[in-house]
Amino acid sequence: MTCSRRDFLKEAVGGTLVSSLPLSAFVFLTTEEAEAAIAEAKVRWAFLVDTTTCTGCGLCVKACKTENEIPYEAPVTRTWVERYVVTKDGQTHIDSPLGGRDGFIDDKIRDEEIDPDNIDKAFFVPKLCNQCDNPACVQVCPVGATYQTHDGVVLIDREWCIGCGYCIMACPYGVRFFHPTAKVADKCNFCYHRISKGMQPACVECCSFGARRLANLEDPDDPVTKIIRTERVAVLKDEYGTKPHVFYIGLDEAVR
Amino acid sequence: MKWHVLRPLWVAIGIVGSILIARVFLVPDDFGIHGRNFTYGFHRLSNIQEWKDFQVKYQGREYCVECHDEKVQMLNQSPHEPVECENCHGPAVNHPDEIEMLPIDRTREHCLRCHAQLNYPHSARDQAPGINNRMHSRRRDCVECHVPHDPREYKE
Repeated sequence: MTCSRRDFLKEAVGGTLVSSLPLSAFVFLTTEEAEAAIAEAKVRWAFLVDTTTCTGCGLCVKACKTENEIPYEAPVTRTWVERYVVTKDGQTHIDSPLGGRDGFIDDKIRDEEIDPDNIDKAFFVPKLCNQCDNPACVQVCPVGATYQTHDGVVLIDREWCIGCGYCIMACPYGVRFFHPTAKVADKCNFCYHRISKGMQPACVECCSFGARRLANLEDPDDPVTKIIRTERVAVLKDEYGTKPHVFYIGLDEAVR
Repeated sequence: MKWHVLRPLWVAIGIVGSILIARVFLVPDDFGIHGRNFTYGFHRLSNIQEWKDFQVKYQGREYCVECHDEKVQMLNQSPHEPVECENCHGPAVNHPDEIEMLPIDRTREHCLRCHAQLNYPHSARDQAPGINNRMHSRRRDCVECHVPHDPREYKE
């Protein structure tokens, strides 16, 4: 076989070009697949909590535990409500018995009677997973069992989780816990099975006071997104750099 | 190379090789980088669908109104309009197919979630009509006198 210098160079250049093309360049999407990919990219779930309207009934906690099959009597919960009572002597009394599952029907805090005339302010703060943009819990997972979806929600793969508990330690908000029966790490996922069907999360649906609302930040016409963009909202522990996506109206400095 | 060097080398290659072969069978096909990068998107892709398939329990008022139109209308015109049916009646799940009767929470403690007076100035709790739990009809359930679907009405 003979090969001229010209032929050799031609073949070499052509071969290099072909081999540098990644295989993925040959994947063609159907119209539906392309539309679905675009639609999926247009969702970024976020949450708005209005602490000024929360009455501390705890029905969100009850609904969450039932909806997400968290053992009802176990002292773990995906969302919880904290009570803050700031007294005139500058002290802050905080409690959240069973995560506020049964509401706050007694004015005693940790068996301590507080004189109503001595109260400067009192309020309730619902807490849930912040679905951070930089989730510390995902970074520390050694097996790839927890991850961020394209719409911003952080999920846990129950089959893949080994229950090491690194993520429970890593979350600055104390949102994660060890599921007593599934034997894996667990946390709020904005009721992913509901929001992906166009429903509201269980806690949002069961809140009678509009204190909890779901937002799609990628949709500028979403009424809740408009509130987050135009009104004064705050996030918890901004200094950690996790970029949390649960926004609070009326957040007090006593809240931690 | 000498024989005594080659023998452990073959053993090492064998171990590494068997681990790599086992990995092919044990790691699912859809495990890989699917999100924005390795740090946040390294996972099993089918798990997203597994979470989407989780069973829905709370069906919402639109589901209740399909059969219980009268009760929902009554509720909608009462001060209890913002309260969801399933807050007291329990989650519908697939009622009435499998769960025929829903467990209704008629307890005093359930009403007290909103209506126990706590004397918290400037808090939303202060705006809901509240009772002193230690004084008001101490040992009776609220529903013995009050109508939950329209709290302006009283039972005989």
